[in-house]
Amino acid sequence: MANPIPNHSTVPPLLQVQELSKYFVLSVPWLSGIFGRQSPPILRAVDGVSFEIQRGQTFALVGESGCGKSTAARVIVGLYHPTTGKIFFQGKSLGDPSVKSSPESHTRMQMIFQDPYASLDPRWRVQDIIAEPIRAFHLAKNRTELRERVSELLLQVGLSPSDGEKYPHEFSGGQRQRISIARALSSHPDFLVCDEPTSALDVSVQAQILNLMKELQRRLGLTYLFISHNLAVVNHISDYVGVMYLGRLCEVAPKRILFNQPQHPYTRLLLDTIPDLSISGRRRQPVTGEVPNPIHPPSGCAFHPRCPSAYDRCRIEKPNPKFAKDNLVACHAVEEGLLQ
Amino acid sequence: MGWLKRVMDHDIFYSFTRSWVIMLAAFITLFIVITSVFAPWLTIHDPFNPSSLNLMDAFTPPIWISGGKWIHPLGTDDQGRDILSTIMFGNRISLLVGFLSVLLAMLIGVTLGTVSGYIGGWLDSLIMRLADAQLTVPPILIALLINGVARASLMRELQESLNIYVLVFSIGISAWPQYARVTRSGAMVERNKEYIAASRVIGVHPVMIMLQHIVPNVMGPTLVLATIGVPLAIIIEATLSFLGVGVPPTTPSLGTLIRVGNEFLFSGEWWITIFPALALVVLVLSVNLIGDWLRDTFNPKLR
Amino acid sequence: MTALLEVDRLRIEFPTRRGVLVAVDDISFSIEEGEVLGVVGESGAGKSITGAAVIGLLEPPGRIAQGNIRFEGQQINGLPHEVMRRIRGAKIGAIFQDPLTSLNPLYSIGQQLIETLTTHTDLSPAQARARAVDLLNEVGIPAAERRVESYPHEFSGGMRQRVVIALAICANPRLIIADEPTTALDVSIQAQIIGLLKSLCHEHRTAIMLITHDMGVIAEMSDRVAVMYAGRIAEIGPLRDVVKSPKHPYTVGLMDSIPVVGQEKEQLSHIRGAMPRLQEIPPGCSFHPRCPKAFDRCSGERPDLMPTSHPTQFASCWKFARAVQHG
Repeated sequence: MANPIPNHSTVPPLLQVQELSKYFVLSVPWLSGIFGRQSPPILRAVDGVSFEIQRGQTFALVGESGCGKSTAARVIVGLYHPTTGKIFFQGKSLGDPSVKSSPESHTRMQMIFQDPYASLDPRWRVQDIIAEPIRAFHLAKNRTELRERVSELLLQVGLSPSDGEKYPHEFSGGQRQRISIARALSSHPDFLVCDEPTSALDVSVQAQILNLMKELQRRLGLTYLFISHNLAVVNHISDYVGVMYLGRLCEVAPKRILFNQPQHPYTRLLLDTIPDLSISGRRRQPVTGEVPNPIHPPSGCAFHPRCPSAYDRCRIEKPNPKFAKDNLVACHAVEEGLLQ
Repeated sequence: MGWLKRVMDHDIFYSFTRSWVIMLAAFITLFIVITSVFAPWLTIHDPFNPSSLNLMDAFTPPIWISGGKWIHPLGTDDQGRDILSTIMFGNRISLLVGFLSVLLAMLIGVTLGTVSGYIGGWLDSLIMRLADAQLTVPPILIALLINGVARASLMRELQESLNIYVLVFSIGISAWPQYARVTRSGAMVERNKEYIAASRVIGVHPVMIMLQHIVPNVMGPTLVLATIGVPLAIIIEATLSFLGVGVPPTTPSLGTLIRVGNEFLFSGEWWITIFPALALVVLVLSVNLIGDWLRDTFNPKLR
Repeated sequence: MTALLEVDRLRIEFPTRRGVLVAVDDISFSIEEGEVLGVVGESGAGKSITGAAVIGLLEPPGRIAQGNIRFEGQQINGLPHEVMRRIRGAKIGAIFQDPLTSLNPLYSIGQQLIETLTTHTDLSPAQARARAVDLLNEVGIPAAERRVESYPHEFSGGMRQRVVIALAICANPRLIIADEPTTALDVSIQAQIIGLLKSLCHEHRTAIMLITHDMGVIAEMSDRVAVMYAGRIAEIGPLRDVVKSPKHPYTVGLMDSIPVVGQEKEQLSHIRGAMPRLQEIPPGCSFHPRCPKAFDRCSGERPDLMPTSHPTQFASCWKFARAVQHG
C-alpha cells in the first residue's frame, strides 16, 4: 500500500501493518440463535487498517472511543489474533508459524498500558515485576546479574534501586507508570506499544512521563506506537499521526502537516475540539452527533452522518486511502478536490 | 522482630483488637487447639485405648454432683471413658478432619476454578456444569455416599486405618464447588486486568500466569470461605459419627459421644451427651465467629 | 451585596486511627449569581471534597471541622438532613462525572425527571411530564416526546450526560455543582456538553461551580478560576488573568507543563516531585519543597490568599507579601 512516510533507506520499516482487521463476534442468546435465526452481530473493531513505522520514529494513533486504536495496538502486540491482514515486524511476518515459536518478537516488542493501578500485580514486589521479562527469557545468568539489571532499570526511569523492595501500592500513579516502563525496557526491546500511557495521570505528572519517554527514545533508539485521544500530547510526542474513526484510518500524515493542514473532515473536527488555552475567543465550528454504535456502522463512509461535506457517494462507497499532497486521506470529497 | 511490629501496625490487627468478642473467640479456639495437640499429656488416660478403661468407673457423674470424683471432672460414659479426656481427643479428630477436608476442597476448588475462570470456553462450561450438578446434592448425602462406597469396597482391616482419610476425602469432595465458583469469579475479573495482559505480552506461559498472578490475587475470598468451611466440616463429621457412619466407635469423636450419650439423656446420665455437645457448639461457634470477622475485615467496602 | 455562595474558612477533616487528616484546610471563596467558578487542581487537591461539602454530600467519616458555607445568605453546613435535602435539588443542583451511575437504571428518564419535579416544585404529575419533555428538548435530546419513556441504558454516553443535566436544572436551581462533567466523554462530545452548559446557565442565570482537573474545560467555560493544591487555594482570579499570567509558582508550573499544539519543545517543563499525600503535607507553604522560588519564610509560615500585583488576582504565596510591603 501507499505509504506517506518516505523511505530512503534500504532497511525495511520496523513495523508494517497491511489491511489489518479484527472482528469480534458477539454472543447471541442461544435460543434466539436457533429459533429466531438471528445471526450474531459482528463488531468490526478494526476494519482494514494499513500503515508503517520506521525505526526510531513515534507513530501516534488518535481517535475517540470505539475507533479501534486500542484494539489495533493489542493485535499488533499479540494479545489478539487478527481476523485478516498481515503484520510484519523487522521484515518477518508475525503469525507465521516459524516466527511464533521463537520468543524473538516478544523480547523486541513490549507494551505499556493506560491504567497505572491495574498494570502492576499488587502482590508482587516491584523488583519481581520488572524482572518478569528477564526471567521469562532467561536473559540474566544469575541472581546478581538480575539484581544489577533491575537496579539499572530503576535508575533509568528516575526511581531509586531501593524502590525494588516495595509494593506497587506504595507508589503514586506517575511512579507506577515509571515501573511499567522499566518492566517494558528490561528485555531490551526495539519497539514499544504505548496505550494511552499518560491519560490517567495528572497534567504535571504527564509532563514528567512524556519527557522520560522522549529521553529514553533518544538514548536507547526506541520506536514507539503511541495510542492517545489527547491531540496536544500527540502533537508533542509524535512524528507521524494516524487518525482513526470506527475502525478505519481516515488520515495519516507527518505531525506538522496534519496539525497545520488537515484534509479529512473528521481530522478537522478533532482539531477543532482542542481546548484553546490562549483564550483567543476563536470561533468553533459547531459539532453535531456522536460516534455511532460500532456494531451497526453507517454504510459507505463511516463518518458521513456527521460530515459537513458528505454527499451521495459517501453514503454508498467506503473510501480508500489516497494521497493528497503529503497526507494519506480516505475521503471522497478530498479525492475529488471538493474541499479547499 | 520487625515483622511483628508490622503485623501489629496493620489495619486488620487493629480491627481485631477492637472487638472483644473476636478476641475471646480466637482465644478459645487457640485454647482448644493447644489442649487437643497436647491431649496425650494432659489427660489421665487414653480413651481410645480399650485396655485403659475400667468398667467399674462407668457412669460416674460430674464433680459437683454427689458420687463424682475429682479424677473425672465431667464424669464418665457407659464404658468408663473419662468425658473430659474424650472431649479433648474428640476435638483432635474434629479439628483434623475439619482442616484437612477444607484443604482438599480448596486444592480441588481453586485449581478448577482458576482454570475455569481464566481459560473460559468449553472447559469453563464443563467444570461449572459439574459443580452445578454436585451442588444439587446436599453435602451430607455426598459424604454418606462416598463413605458407604468405601465401606463396601474396602476390606475390613483397611477400613479402620483408612477411616479418617475416607472421611476427609468425602467431606472435601462435597465442598469443592463453592471454592471453585468463588475462585472462578475472581479469576474472571483478574484476567481482564492490565497486569495480566502485560504478562501475556511478555510471553509468560498461561500456567505460570495462573499460578503466579491469578491465584495469589483471588485467594482472599477463598480463605474466608475456608474459615467458615472448617466449622461446617466439623459439623458434617459430627453428624456422620452421630449417624454411626463416621469414625469407628473405638475412637469416638464428639459426634460419637453425643450419639452414645443420647440413649442415656433422659435416664439420668445427662452429662454423657451434654458436655460433648457443648464442646462442639463452643468449637464451631468460635471458629465461625473468626470466619465472619475475617470476611468483614477483608471486605474493602466496609473498611 | 452578598454573593450567592460564600465559603468562609472551610476546613474538612478525616479522622483516622493514625490521626486526623486534613483534606481541605481553611479555604474561602465566593460565587456570584450567574457566575461560573472553575475549581481546578490535580487529584487529591481537595476540589471534589469541597464540592461535596457545599452540596451536603460529604461522606462520613469526613466532616466539616470548621468554617461556614452560606447560600443566599443562609448558613447551610450543619443543617438537618431533611432541610438540606430540600435545598439540594431545588436550589442547588449537581452533575457528577459518570452518567452511567448518576441515573437509576431501573426507571425511565421521564420517571426520574417527574419524580424530581414533583418533589421540588408544585407541578402536578401531568404538568411535570410536559415540563420533562420541554427540558429534554432544551438539552438537545432529539424526539424528546418519544424518548422520555426510554431507559438510561438506551442512551449513549453523551446523551446520558444531557439527561443528567436536565435533571440538575429541572427545578431551576440557582447553583450547580458540576464535578468532572465531561471527563468520561469523548472530546467531540465534551465540546457539545460544554456548549450546552454555557448556554443553559446563561439563559437561566444559574451559577456553576465547575470542578475538574482539565484546564482546557476550565478555559472554555469559566469566568473565574480557583487553583487548588493540597487542600488549599493557591490562586484565584479572573480566567484570563490566571491562565495567561499566573501568579502562584504552582499555577505557573502547571500551565507550563500543559502541551500546546504548535509549540515546538523538546522537553515539556514540569514541576519536580508530586503533590504530597494528606499524611505528608509539609509545614509552612505546602508547595515549598517543589517550588523554584521558595525562600526562608515559605517553610515556616503558611501563606493565606493575598493580593498580588494584579488587583483582581489573589495568590497564597509569600512573594506577594513583599510586593505589598514595598509597594
